[in-house]
Amino acid sequence: MKVLIIAPALILLIIVSGPNVNGQCKAFAKRTCLPELGSYTHDGNYHATVLSEGEEAELYKTFYSNMEYRLSICGDEALPSVEFMVMDADRNILFSSREAGNAKTWDFKLQSSQQLRIILKVTSSGQQSGVPASGCVSIMFGFKIK
Amino acid sequence: MNRLLKIGNSVLAAVLLLTLMLASCRSGGKNAKKEADSLSESGVNAAVYEDIKQAEKIFYTLPSPLESAMLIKSAGAMFDDNLLNPIENTGNYNTNKSMALNLGVYTCDLSFASLYDQTQLIINYMNAAKKMADGLGILDAIDQEDIDMLEENIHNTDVIMDIVSQTYLNSNSYLEDNGQPAVATMVLTGGWIEGLYISTQLVDMKDFNGNKLVGRIIDQKLSIDILIDLLETSKGHPAIDELISQVTKVKVIFDKITLKTTPIRPEYDQTTNVTVLKSEVQADLTPEVFKELSLAVAEIRSKLIK
Repeated sequence: MKVLIIAPALILLIIVSGPNVNGQCKAFAKRTCLPELGSYTHDGNYHATVLSEGEEAELYKTFYSNMEYRLSICGDEALPSVEFMVMDADRNILFSSREAGNAKTWDFKLQSSQQLRIILKVTSSGQQSGVPASGCVSIMFGFKIK
Repeated sequence: MNRLLKIGNSVLAAVLLLTLMLASCRSGGKNAKKEADSLSESGVNAAVYEDIKQAEKIFYTLPSPLESAMLIKSAGAMFDDNLLNPIENTGNYNTNKSMALNLGVYTCDLSFASLYDQTQLIINYMNAAKKMADGLGILDAIDQEDIDMLEENIHNTDVIMDIVSQTYLNSNSYLEDNGQPAVATMVLTGGWIEGLYISTQLVDMKDFNGNKLVGRIIDQKLSIDILIDLLETSKGHPAIDELISQVTKVKVIFDKITLKTTPIRPEYDQTTNVTVLKSEVQADLTPEVFKELSLAVAEIRSKLIK
């Protein structure tokens, strides 16, 4: 009887506390996001985390002149769409995925090296009831010399 | 039976309470009401947008060792194996701090050797990086299969770069995902300092003005604030605090360089589907400041590889 009561609670505990939830993000990032870099060489950096509907992450990185970059954003299937935008140091928006037809990647190069800021946001499904969906989100960069 | 049920209920209550506590910990800081549901329009200044947003996760990203090596090579610099951290030093690294920093250092050296087709050095430095990763307990970062594949494709730079990129990703993701962000930060810092060290040592002072490599070194002024922000996220960790103090000395020198950039104009090229971010930049690095920077970086690096 005790087993019958405790077992579901333990299962719930394991699911909610997720001993290695982010560990799943590594596999997700490698499986889903990495192939999106195509002919670009992945830089080797890892940026992945678990986000819920309506939540955001941001990233700061220096991009160099004479390099061509691909930025790739991936969200778990369980999530609504993930939008991203790229800003310069003065917070001017240089690219918005929403305005580019909900693009998942962005190819760009720079005339001079710049520090850029990338903001990504998991959109909201709009459902008022129930637990908000959550899942892995990953940002990856590939590069090649011009 | 009743007693059993009572025990069961108590345990169940405790488990559920713990579950709720864990769940609330994981979502700590995530309850702030978001006022806007989608990203603001392009062209609109995002300052207002930022004021009402609080990101759940902030990533501070440095150029990876592979990117640093690519920057050095694309600037036309020559390879010099005397600049690499000798693989014989691997036996000196017994602490998490020294292994983490030198995992970054050796991965940078490996990347540098890879781009210059230094076949024997590639194998040697992959093994050195593996020793550091194994010492840190990073499972499967670099396994025998990777080394075998490296040997089989030793003349194929693209495959080698993919392997180096994968092994670096494996190390960082393991440390991040297993609650060791400070150690992950040390790996990234080691790699960045090694890249800066090699760059500064390769500059020929007789060819200082207009030197592409000097331009790449100036570019690192843009990354040093990111590095300090990254280190600050693990502030309080003794090894990280020491690094903050060392890196701040380098920042003081970078602060002597003035960078003037014109506003960025994005221009989309329909034929290539690539956006060009157009802007001009002016910098004023003097040979004297460069020498000061070079010395400071060499000093930090010598402590790292000691």
